[in-house]
Amino acid sequence: MLEVRNLKTYFYTTKGVVKAVDGVSFKLNKGEVLGIAGESGCGKSTTAYSLIRLVPPPGKIVDGELVFEGRDILKLSEEDFRKQIRWKKISMVFQGAMNALNPVYTIGDQIAEVLMLHKHMTKEEAMKEVYKLLEMVGIDPKRAKSYPHELSGGMKQRVVIAMALALRPPLVIADEPTTALDVVVQAQIMNLLKRLQREHRMSIILITHDLSLIAEMAEKVVIMYAGKIVEYGTAEQIFLNPQHPYTRGLLASIPRLTGDIHKLEFIPGVPPDLSNPPPGCRFAPRCKFKFEPCDKEEPPVIEVEPGHYVSCWLHAKK
Amino acid sequence: MPNIYVPKPDSDTVVYVRDLRTWFPVRRSFIDVVRRRPPLYVHAVDGVSFDIKEGETFGLAGESGCGKTTTGKTILRLVDPVGGIIAYRPRERLLKEWEAIGYHPKFIDEYKSVDISKIPSKYLKPLRKEMQMIFQDPYGSLNPRFTVYKILEEPLVIHGIGETKEERYDLIVRVLEQVKLTPPEEFLNRYPHMLSGGQRQRVGIARALLLQPRFIVADEPTSMLDVSIRAEILELMMELKERYNLTYVFITHDLALARYICDRIAIMYLGRIVEMGNTRRVLENPLHPYTKALISAIPEPDPRYRKILRELPIKGEVPSPINIPPGCRFRPRCVTYDKTTEIQRYCETDEPPLMEVEKDHYVSCWLYGTPEEVRELVKK
Ligand SMILES: Nc1ncnc2c1ncn2[C@@H]1O[C@H](COP(=O)(O)OP(=O)(O)OP(=O)(O)O)[C@@H](O)[C@H]1O
Ligand SMILES: Nc1ncnc2c1ncn2[C@@H]1O[C@H](COP(=O)(O)OP(=O)(O)OP(=O)(O)O)[C@@H](O)[C@H]1O
Ligand code: SF4
Ligand code: SF4
Ligand SMILES: [Mg+2]
Ligand SMILES: [Mg+2]
Repeated sequence: MLEVRNLKTYFYTTKGVVKAVDGVSFKLNKGEVLGIAGESGCGKSTTAYSLIRLVPPPGKIVDGELVFEGRDILKLSEEDFRKQIRWKKISMVFQGAMNALNPVYTIGDQIAEVLMLHKHMTKEEAMKEVYKLLEMVGIDPKRAKSYPHELSGGMKQRVVIAMALALRPPLVIADEPTTALDVVVQAQIMNLLKRLQREHRMSIILITHDLSLIAEMAEKVVIMYAGKIVEYGTAEQIFLNPQHPYTRGLLASIPRLTGDIHKLEFIPGVPPDLSNPPPGCRFAPRCKFKFEPCDKEEPPVIEVEPGHYVSCWLHAKK
Repeated sequence: MPNIYVPKPDSDTVVYVRDLRTWFPVRRSFIDVVRRRPPLYVHAVDGVSFDIKEGETFGLAGESGCGKTTTGKTILRLVDPVGGIIAYRPRERLLKEWEAIGYHPKFIDEYKSVDISKIPSKYLKPLRKEMQMIFQDPYGSLNPRFTVYKILEEPLVIHGIGETKEERYDLIVRVLEQVKLTPPEEFLNRYPHMLSGGQRQRVGIARALLLQPRFIVADEPTSMLDVSIRAEILELMMELKERYNLTYVFITHDLALARYICDRIAIMYLGRIVEMGNTRRVLENPLHPYTKALISAIPEPDPRYRKILRELPIKGEVPSPINIPPGCRFRPRCVTYDKTTEIQRYCETDEPPLMEVEKDHYVSCWLYGTPEEVRELVKK
């Protein structure tokens, strides 16, 4: 359904070129959930923005292909992309969007606007659809007349999800859809996403820094570090048989609610400055397995088992 | 018949609070005043009791807005309570300092504890040295216009520690080494924006440590940091704790993390503690319906339960802390209440106290005792 090939998105700032997404490739099948995880600033949101071609300036997609339903949608004109793809085929729940709802319009009007704009519905037609959408995301349709400030965080997030679903797109990108929500509300939103995904056979790209949430939903997992994919595979491969030192470090740093209390690990240091990344492997300055080739040459991508890719010299040697 | 929790100090107790209440007045409109509507309050902390032993890490957990930060701030008198006591056992050093400025605190128990809530503000300054806070937001809690040196010198100047500039410099260099910002010279002249999140939090810890405290309230000290560096900060905090025999209140909304850090834990809901006990016991065998719901909501990094809908035994949303529901304040969200008709009349009318259900495991729920029993006990 979607194949991302060698995507590069850079920000041309006064201080230099920030290589926020630097050669990212992955594949997503119809009805599948793909999780993208990584630390703050590794390029998750920029990847998402690139997929719907809304990279904010001074950012630019500089290279790559986005093959969606058989054609490269990077080649479409902006007008065609807006008419055919954005929101209709690929929509997005933006990071922090629940706090960006317009305070002076009711939530019903805000959802209706999406429908009127893209589907040219009349207000009445749109409102009928709004009630259906609210119902779908678990909000009493009577609340359509509420203003954002009258709703809890969890409900606002449901509204934002309803907006992304308004045109029933086959692919929804959810960027940190539960960050800043309490754990109970987070679980409710995750339940909602799971239900919607199942009932509508949607494909979802779930972006979050929280690997636990990805384990809740995703069939496939992408681990990003400093603008690059360091590991990619099925959820079982990533969680039960992680191969990249960064993935292993991340998993070992998560406290668990059950089982033995092992020592929590950490990864010393901080991610590199993306306008001046280190040569070779970008993880090398923090990697405890670093050896000769690591800071000289970029590691190749190795398929360590079918469908499981790792970008690390440790595996290239074998 | 269960015991009811009342903080009982012993020779190891550093801090205990009893029936602590911190309310914030809600701003009233002109009309409210004219119509003589009664003033309203946010019941941020509404009858909290616990005790903390020397060297212990005591966890305060619960959802956003349940009163964790306010509890922590109240213990340090950064906000004033409207009721209850905050007992603290001062060190000799503090007693001497108080004496030197003419303050003779009243001891409220045989272990020479002092009720912090009664100390006049002008005598609080020496106490601040003993009791410090580490804040959640390493970005917001450091003055962006100050260098690291300046940020750390300020409390020394305020408290008159270090006679000369050289002495203060030495103290600052030493504390930077303690929090592993080395070499210290490299950090002294940096501004907060020139530090990573983890480094900023180290400066925050250094600032708390400088005054050689004994008791630290750490308010979600790692929740703003990336997970890969959290354990590093926690390890540092635990190391310092061992070395200087510190006592921590560790505020967190992350119960899995609490399991690694906290000896005992208190789960708060809407300004009150609903369950308290040994952290592992509470998490492995939660007894309060709210704790059970919280635990059932926590995701784990394990793909085996993928796409399975989570059962969340809780309904509705957190009510406003202005109008607290009568009876058990958890009732409007309690699924157990719906299912357990025989206790409903209690839930509706009486606020359950913390009852000892297992040894040192306290739960505030009428599943574990009746109001009649409680009244009997109180009479005794
Ligand atoms: N408008 C911009 N101008 C310049 N640099 C930017 C801009 N937006 C993002 N960046 C940089 O691009 C990199 C990737 O940012 P991005 O927001 O994609 O990260 P992320 O993985 O989504 O992080 P988070 O988990 O914090 O949301 C970062 O280094 C960031 O500083
Ligand atoms: N200065 C204040 N004035 C008025 N209300 C306040 C004040 N500080 C806190 N509150 C309110 O008191 C309640 C408890 O807040 P508190 O910050 O203690 O919660 P918390 O458990 O620390 O939450 P979080 O997890 O979001 O940090 C909230 O309803 C909050 O809005
Ligand atoms: S390539 Fe080298 S530095 Fe990079 S992750 Fe692998 S071992 Fe570590
Ligand atoms: S006292 Fe009643 S309402 Fe409160 S938690 Fe227990 S069962 Fe639920
Ligand atoms: Mg992001
Ligand atoms: Mg707080």
